[in-house]
Amino acid sequence: MARMKFLCDADRCIECNACVTACKNEHEVPWGINRRRVVTINDGKPGERSISMACMHCTDAPCAAVCPVNCFYTTADAVVLHSKDLCIGCGYCFYACPFGAPQYPKVGNFGSRGKMDKCTYCAGGPELDFSKEEFEKYGSNRLAEGKLPLCAEMCSTKSLLAGDGDVIAQIYKERVAKRGYGSGAWGWQTAYRETIAT
Amino acid sequence: MAKPFERIRLIVGALALAVLIAVAAPASAQQSGAPVNPTALSVKEQQLLQELNRIQGRGTIPDVKSYVLEQPAGREWRHFHEVTLRWIGAIAVLAILALIVIFYLVRGMVMIKSGRSGRRIERFNGFERFVHWMTASCFIILALSGLNITFGKPLLLPLIGPEAFTTWSELAKYAHNYLSFPFTIGVVLIFLMWVGGNIPNSVDAEWIKRGGGIVGDDHPPAYRFNAGQKMIYWIVVLGGGTSAATGYLLLFPFYATGIEGMQIAQVVHAVVAMLFIAAMLGHIYIGTIGMEGAFEAMGEGSVDVNWAKEHHRLWLEEELRRTPKGARAQPAE
Repeated sequence: MARMKFLCDADRCIECNACVTACKNEHEVPWGINRRRVVTINDGKPGERSISMACMHCTDAPCAAVCPVNCFYTTADAVVLHSKDLCIGCGYCFYACPFGAPQYPKVGNFGSRGKMDKCTYCAGGPELDFSKEEFEKYGSNRLAEGKLPLCAEMCSTKSLLAGDGDVIAQIYKERVAKRGYGSGAWGWQTAYRETIAT
Repeated sequence: MAKPFERIRLIVGALALAVLIAVAAPASAQQSGAPVNPTALSVKEQQLLQELNRIQGRGTIPDVKSYVLEQPAGREWRHFHEVTLRWIGAIAVLAILALIVIFYLVRGMVMIKSGRSGRRIERFNGFERFVHWMTASCFIILALSGLNITFGKPLLLPLIGPEAFTTWSELAKYAHNYLSFPFTIGVVLIFLMWVGGNIPNSVDAEWIKRGGGIVGDDHPPAYRFNAGQKMIYWIVVLGGGTSAATGYLLLFPFYATGIEGMQIAQVVHAVVAMLFIAAMLGHIYIGTIGMEGAFEAMGEGSVDVNWAKEHHRLWLEEELRRTPKGARAQPAE
């Protein structure tokens, strides 16, 4: 089985936010929740870089480890998913997540968190594949259709890569070798405890 | 004449062009030869992480907190929550329970030595008891629902299964959130109404020196609150205050602090709460099966005069002096 990962080639990202829009549209993500976002560092200064970030589907995911009700599970493709039926909206995964991926709809009084929502790697949830319940809770399940996450598929500069970790690492390596520079795979050390040697 | 002059002009022109080309050539050669490095100035992930342990930038969505790109500190927090906190909690709670059991087996219930007099004196009025029990009942639910977050997953989840555990945990979360308000009000009221009697003084030093009468049959004098009770009071005020403050930081995310602040708040909240629970177990013990005649003080509001004489002699004398006819002292039923 493949080990799915995301890789954002910061030297290619032009901060067009197509990935953000694609994600929101594909999964009908409600207002106020962003499963993916683009962050620009040193905006407007020399050397600025933009990085598209969502859940990185970490190895030994910290969110899953700290969840007090064990609502997380890892699929055979190493995608980190969770059950909204089990989630109690405590916010602990958000304290643990290095990438700010978990999001909570504001429901009830004083900022009380609803069921957590995050990037599913377009892989749905524990419900039956393609079921109405699955779509309503988690969005579409492209992976089960044999397709990759839409954010990466839509990326106009092919900065955001999704797919088997070894394959996208190889693509990135070849790119860097060809063009002669690369600022590295952002978040990989934190998420997967490995970097891509270029 | 014209021809040689034209030739000179041509030569000069050609030379000038040659010089220009010669000067310009290395410059253009440099541009195509040496590699350009567009990442020379670019921000570097590792460097940013080393500097601040977080990477923050600017985004285009309204959610400002999402502009923090990366923050690996959650890893240390995870270790605290999954390992350190469980040890702290288990040791604090189990150690105090073991101590209580051993103490009870050795010492037994502390009896009223001179027996009951049959005469009673008011110790806590209705308002004081209301505040105490409001705070106490909230505390018990807050403690159980809080312990569930730390110990529920390894202890309760395997027993009742994920669905039932989620139902219970969600209820517990709501109870924890909502009951924090009456609890906080209770802590504030406790602070205000009993602060006068809980300032440490020289009597406390004597009380502590004589072991508080906990060890042996001694009964060191005390005013309304002895040093042990003062300790409980300050644990409630400071522990309750700290857990309330840190709890509200977690209940209202991003109002006052970012993720790193919430991680610290959670650590403080959890550690203080564990120690608080341990201390309250001791308090519950001595107020119930640990001492004859103690529960009545908070239960009915009055105590036997002999109990007061043995445990709070100076307070009893004060009360009798204030009401020489024993107005506050109630006759036995």
